[in-house]
Amino acid sequence: MNTSIWITLLNIFGVLIATVLLAAILTWGERRLLGFWQDRPGPNRVGPFGTLQVIADMIKLFFKEDFTPRFADIPVFVLAPTVVMATMLIAFAVVPMSPSIGVADLNIGLLFVLAMSSIAVYSIILGGYASNNKYALLGGLRAAAQTVSYEVFMGLSLMGVVMMSGSFNLRDIVIAQADTWFIVPQFLGFIVFFIAGIAESRRTPFDLPEAEHELTAGFHTEYSGMKFGMFFVGEYLAVILIAALITTLFLGGWHGPLLPPIIWFCLKTAFLVAIFILLRAALPRPRYDQLMKFGWKVMLPLSLVNLLATAGILLWIA
Amino acid sequence: MIASQIRSMWLVFKHLFRRNVTVQYPEEKPYLAPRYRGRIILSRDPNGDERCVACNLCAVACPPDCISLQKTEDPDGRWRPEYFRINFSRCIMCGLCEDACPTYAIQLTPDFEMCEYDRQNMVYEKEDLLIDGPGKYHDYSFYQVAGKAIKGKDKGQANNEAEPINVKSLNL
Ligand code: SF4
Ligand code: SF4
Repeated sequence: MNTSIWITLLNIFGVLIATVLLAAILTWGERRLLGFWQDRPGPNRVGPFGTLQVIADMIKLFFKEDFTPRFADIPVFVLAPTVVMATMLIAFAVVPMSPSIGVADLNIGLLFVLAMSSIAVYSIILGGYASNNKYALLGGLRAAAQTVSYEVFMGLSLMGVVMMSGSFNLRDIVIAQADTWFIVPQFLGFIVFFIAGIAESRRTPFDLPEAEHELTAGFHTEYSGMKFGMFFVGEYLAVILIAALITTLFLGGWHGPLLPPIIWFCLKTAFLVAIFILLRAALPRPRYDQLMKFGWKVMLPLSLVNLLATAGILLWIA
Repeated sequence: MIASQIRSMWLVFKHLFRRNVTVQYPEEKPYLAPRYRGRIILSRDPNGDERCVACNLCAVACPPDCISLQKTEDPDGRWRPEYFRINFSRCIMCGLCEDACPTYAIQLTPDFEMCEYDRQNMVYEKEDLLIDGPGKYHDYSFYQVAGKAIKGKDKGQANNEAEPINVKSLNL
């Protein structure tokens, strides 16, 4: 009995520490990659290849003045950044990383993740509202509208996967992909979920809530110090989470030849994270109405077609 | 539309294999052209005398008004600045002073590393500005081409100069 508890604890803390560390390292990795794609080296001064930049940034964030504006709604203002970090970390609990690693085995794992990533948006809306600043509020409003519209087909695009595997449990979904990865039969679903995932994590090209040339810094205009850092880490956690989810749902999770399962999972996730960063390096931000139009007039019909076609074909076979 | 987005992603990705354009500054120094406009110096003529004749043209030309000098005259007839001061915290390295100078005395050099912790140290006096050589113009000596008489060179003795004519002696 004792050993099983230890293994569970090890699992929990392992996943927790690994994800937070990865998110921190990603702040360096992203800048480095963006640099290479823009013909410059990126942060390369602190430590070997600039790897200690993360620590330098952390020291800077901790010792910066943590300014709370007098006009802000202070309790909400303080609470808001914690929400995004907490929900993202909780969501990681249900992601199965290998046959033996993974914290919880919920039978509604998929819904749980979707719910958590929707709660994360409260962080931004509340942060924007509590700052009592018009740019922050506009950013918060945009985040709300964007999440509401992209959430719809984010869920719908996954229903194909759920139908094919017959389960909401992420572990079962991975096991169902032992022969074919779901990216093959569910390519449309993959595309829709990928785009919705970027919109959910509010990354460029969908970073309208913090579009800096219109809204200064959007929802986190008034945030500084470690509160800002939490928004920042939350965003990177979201990126890793979405990449891990796409791996789990469409790219066969830990399945792969030769290498151990956890390595395959990490490789696939890292690859997707790199694609997210490439998207940021390459694509411009759309206008706000274009974003909405794209969501409702292109993505939603696509995901509905995918849903109907998958359902029809599955019934036909059955 | 989708194709163009994917194409631009591919084009950006290819930059991974390009050389960086960054110059890693303190270790690597960029190449600066000989006529780069950096720290200002006052040069000397080939004989080692100060070139500046304190004509004040540079001070007049200077847009932010950062040159200040005072003329004095040597016993041998040369004009010289008594003091010559450039406030580099205001200088914009425009090079107009060099353009204005009739004697090639004031010159800009390819050196930009002149940070100071104390603002006052950005004010360079004549001792800080004066160098021992002729700078970019090796053979030029103002008094050897100008009509001004100095000790050892009277009127009419300069290069390409004819003897002066006493107009009153002309019988017209
Ligand atoms: S470079 Fe321009 S600003 Fe500087 S001293 Fe000469 S004229 Fe003045
Ligand atoms: S540096 Fe040149 S322009 Fe300036 S006072 Fe001297 S001779 Fe005249």
